[in-house]
Amino acid sequence: MNLGAAVGLKLGKATRDAFGEALRDIGRENPAVVVVDGDVSNSTRTEWFGKQYPDRFFNVGIAESNLVGVAAGLAACGKIPVAASFAAFLLCNAYDQIRMGVAFPRLNVKLVGSHAGISIGEDGPSQMAIEDVALACALPGVAVLVPADEHAARAATRAMIAHDGPTYLRVGRPNVPVIYDEGVSFEIGKAITVREGGDVTIIANGLMVAAALDAAARLAEQGIQARVVDMHTVKPLDEAAVAAAGRETGGIVVAEEHLHHGGLGSMVAMAVARLHPCRMGFVDLGDTYAESGAPDDLLRAYGLTAERIVEEATRIARGG
Amino acid sequence: MGDQHASTRAQPAAATLDELRDMARRLRREVLIMTTEAGSGHPSSSFSAVEIMTQLYFGGILRHRPQEPHWPDRDRFILSKGHAAPILYAVLAEAGYFPKAELRTLRRLGSPLEGHPNMRRLPGVEASTGSLGQGLSIGLGHALAARLDGRDYQVYVLLGDGEIEEGQVWEAAMTAAHQRVGNLVAIVDHNGYQQTAAVSQVTDPRTYGDKWAAFGWRVEEIDGHDLEAVRQALLAARDYDAGPCVIIAHTVKGKGLKLMEDDFTWHGRALPKDKLEQALEELG
Repeated sequence: MNLGAAVGLKLGKATRDAFGEALRDIGRENPAVVVVDGDVSNSTRTEWFGKQYPDRFFNVGIAESNLVGVAAGLAACGKIPVAASFAAFLLCNAYDQIRMGVAFPRLNVKLVGSHAGISIGEDGPSQMAIEDVALACALPGVAVLVPADEHAARAATRAMIAHDGPTYLRVGRPNVPVIYDEGVSFEIGKAITVREGGDVTIIANGLMVAAALDAAARLAEQGIQARVVDMHTVKPLDEAAVAAAGRETGGIVVAEEHLHHGGLGSMVAMAVARLHPCRMGFVDLGDTYAESGAPDDLLRAYGLTAERIVEEATRIARGG
Repeated sequence: MGDQHASTRAQPAAATLDELRDMARRLRREVLIMTTEAGSGHPSSSFSAVEIMTQLYFGGILRHRPQEPHWPDRDRFILSKGHAAPILYAVLAEAGYFPKAELRTLRRLGSPLEGHPNMRRLPGVEASTGSLGQGLSIGLGHALAARLDGRDYQVYVLLGDGEIEEGQVWEAAMTAAHQRVGNLVAIVDHNGYQQTAAVSQVTDPRTYGDKWAAFGWRVEEIDGHDLEAVRQALLAARDYDAGPCVIIAHTVKGKGLKLMEDDFTWHGRALPKDKLEQALEELG
């Protein structure tokens, strides 16, 4: 993973690893937490919980619909079920079960989708969730979290368990650059400004926060001071942070590892339109499926790069 | 772990067979009146399940407390075939979960008696259903929670025969058998018809028993309108602890009203108001 290397960000663990570690630790503290797995626990890292707490770990088979239904039943009995699978299979295969079994009755199920985005690499488009954030955001009352690095992912996992209500946590497969210090404060619905700037704002989440920091450093060389905001919660969106960005800087570039429609860019654009209209740019996957390849090659090939963010930010900062 | 919970099953008192027959008659009348007044709903899908629901709630099978709907040791009933909501509502009202007068508000804006059950709005509803195929997984979640908490409650899930065409039912069936949940009972209301056709024109209902047995379930087939047969099957399923049980209840869609029994197109249709009086006479 080359993202952020130009600005000295060090490669850390994958967000799925941090989630798995945090979940194992939480399991010791909170006996209400249980895991429902769709036979991918060695990929999602819920196996680390499962090995410690086998009685509270249920592999219901390669059956995501059943997985979500079982989690709903457990939640109705006061458990805090973590329903985890690949994001593509969890959200896309079991969407009706999530809608009817979790979102509509507002049950306290923690949906965790791993292997999100195109950065899973070689396994290709069938395994890549690129529409999961849009699907999750379309569900009333579901909080949607996309942490940027291992420390944020650990904190997000804790925030998710503490949160009373259905939640979707998106984590990724590859090791990603470290943005934060250990123990970073993570509050659902509260964006983190990781770099101050007054000329333009880059709002990003997931691994695109590293790309945003890289872009901000390059923009500074051109005399453009970019604010970088980590919008780790897509829903409920920190609209105050969006409005402030519109008001205080020249415009907003949104960067995400997701389809153009329905993700962070759409959520931010709606807030911008209502609260403080300003120029916007979007760096995302567009309207296409990706393909197999090495993660860094894919991110480059599909324009999820610091260079693309710089292009958009420069256009906006110069009034384009 | 479970010693602070009910460890011996104190069963509620059962009504006599005559009382149960009377209750079944009353429930059919309630279903008919509320759906006719609402102008829509699924009376025929409710009628096929009347004797099953009567025995569950009034035959001393279900251990529950209408005044304490979230009592942790209660037996659970999940209506997976959510379109039969009218019979569930009639039963819950008779049991005392809410005033019977509310039955007249079925499907109206503001009423907690929605077209399909909403667990957040009506006490006694254990799961929000209406998208077919999902109730058995939810019931399995309840059954596994009982194991984790050392509780001895039973979980009953009522499915339609058309509904078991949904793949998720068989996902849940596989997992439940593997987990050997002895407190999960599925009841298939085998009334022979789905929305647009006889089930036999879509799948083969003759092999239901074999299918569930092959998935590792204890199977019993009964006449679902024979109150005594329903009672015996429910008792046997409750007392069987080695794994999940399914009761395939052979029923008649629209049972009790000749015009509905003869015509499956009554699925999702309420009886017109001008036919109500005569139909109530027929129900007795």
